[in-house]
Amino acid sequence: MRFVIIGAGQAAAQAVATLASEGFSGSLTVVGEEPYPPYQRPPLSKAYMAGDFVRERLFLKPEAFYAESHCELRLGVTAAAIDRAAKTVTLSSGDTLAYDRLLFATGDRVRKLPCPGADLPGVYYLRGIDDSDALRRHLVAGKKLAVVGGGYIGLEVAAVVGKYGLHVTVVEAMDRLMVRSASPQVSEFYRKLHESHGVDIRLNQAVTAVEGKSWVEAVATGQGRIPADIVVAGIGVVPNCELALVAGLACDNGIVVDEFGATSDPDIFAAGDCTNHVSFHGKRVRLESVQNAIDQAKHAALAMLGKPTPYREVPWFWSDQYDIKLQIAGLVQPGDTAVVRGDPSTHKFSVFHLRDGIVAGVEAVNAAPDYIAGRRLIAARARVAPERIADTSVPAKQLG
Amino acid sequence: MPKITYIEQNGTERTVEVPVGWSVMEGAVKNRVPGIDADCGGACACATCHVYVDSAWLAKLPPRQEMEEQMLDFAQDVKPNSRLSCQIKVSPALDGLIVRTPRTQH
Ligand SMILES: Cc1cc2nc3c(=O)[nH]c(=O)nc-3n(C[C@H](O)[C@H](O)[C@H](O)COP(=O)(O)OP(=O)(O)OC[C@H]3O[C@@H](n4cnc5c(N)ncnc54)[C@H](O)[C@@H]3O)c2cc1C
Ligand code: FES
Repeated sequence: MRFVIIGAGQAAAQAVATLASEGFSGSLTVVGEEPYPPYQRPPLSKAYMAGDFVRERLFLKPEAFYAESHCELRLGVTAAAIDRAAKTVTLSSGDTLAYDRLLFATGDRVRKLPCPGADLPGVYYLRGIDDSDALRRHLVAGKKLAVVGGGYIGLEVAAVVGKYGLHVTVVEAMDRLMVRSASPQVSEFYRKLHESHGVDIRLNQAVTAVEGKSWVEAVATGQGRIPADIVVAGIGVVPNCELALVAGLACDNGIVVDEFGATSDPDIFAAGDCTNHVSFHGKRVRLESVQNAIDQAKHAALAMLGKPTPYREVPWFWSDQYDIKLQIAGLVQPGDTAVVRGDPSTHKFSVFHLRDGIVAGVEAVNAAPDYIAGRRLIAARARVAPERIADTSVPAKQLG
Repeated sequence: MPKITYIEQNGTERTVEVPVGWSVMEGAVKNRVPGIDADCGGACACATCHVYVDSAWLAKLPPRQEMEEQMLDFAQDVKPNSRLSCQIKVSPALDGLIVRTPRTQH
């Protein structure tokens, strides 16, 4: 059996680990566009950006792991085309790899600012090691940083660079922060938190242009001009599914996979950020998280070995900003009933989300017991009365 | 470099050198010590890096912080000497530390 994995990130590393622990003895090749073996991205906007972390600590597995797993890493090359009839992958190097089973673990790429001036030097994005290194070189006290987009990555950067003594402005087009995945209560907490750390938060302001002669000097919004020496844009990502699309696989905001990880071609699988998959609540989603990459990769690897198991894990995610840990489990949807537990002003609270009375999501701010209880209640599809959730005299463990 | 010994449930022992400032979890992952998943990579967000600290060493470790204490609730078979290994920072004082890996991390 010849297995080929396209993409060498979080999902790929897990697929290799699962194949190895299942005793896979065929040939295994991982093709990665970046020149690095699989690494973890979360520290790139956190400890690594803060300078608390040497690069070596980012790598998910030591080199010897791949050798022991009989896995060949082909790094610094891209998979350029797939021939499904011949079952081959052509690489940018010109080489061709034959496969019996193929796994897409291509992740996603940053969305570029669509406005005039966006290609000026001084405009940065954050996805990989090189991006984090490039940005870090400009973190000098007194400089002005404009973060475009009030999502997790932009806010984590805003929180970290404060340490370096930069003046930070966050510009967000919507009326609140982290609008895609956090509830209004949590958004409001983070707005106040960042403001208390001296970050200037501008909501309802869409960036219309990046201005400057040979280097960025400002970002323009409908409401005015924000001077900036550096711009970091975190305005979302685009799934890397073009290769799959050209090969004729079903794609719809990601490569469409079934609950076992198979694409519309039974010999081709996909896992991680690049997939459109059925989540635990039965609806199709595309998620961008370490948990999803790891768990989907486990299921996809098993399916590649002919041992399919359905992906039903409850999604979870975290974000670290300042000394506050946000932990989210489940999926929050419009129309859910939000129940706040605890007092946000104490910097320790949570928001539970009920769908038809059943716990569907939890966002916990420095409140791990609520997070743990929430994750268990979500998995059990438990029905809990809102008054009980809001009653902090009931320990989190006894909510169920 | 401080040496850390990891003992599996089946008794297999591995002693490896871990750089000061790294975590006991990273020492295991970088040296291919099995039994530690560390899904979140050390963010104290997953509780899949659970270990049991050898009783002789327990008093020498800085105590659990609140987040670790709470997240341990996610681990299986938690005992008084349970720790999340990503939260134990290796220092010269921990040279010789012995930890045992649990039956499962999930
Ligand atoms: C700055 C930052 C902070 C984050 N923080 C968190 C966090 O706190 N918590 C959390 O849960 N998640 C976080 N995430 C998200 C998490 O890192 C991703 O969800 C995870 O990396 C997804 O894994 P993946 O394997 O699907 O994709 P990736 O890790 O992105 O790997 C995909 C790889 O495939 C390569 N590739 C693409 N196309 C090709 C091709 N044709 N040929 C060869 N190679 C190709 C890409 O170059 C890339 O290296 C963060 C992400 C970023 C960028
Ligand atoms: S590695 Fe996730 S909690 Fe330790």
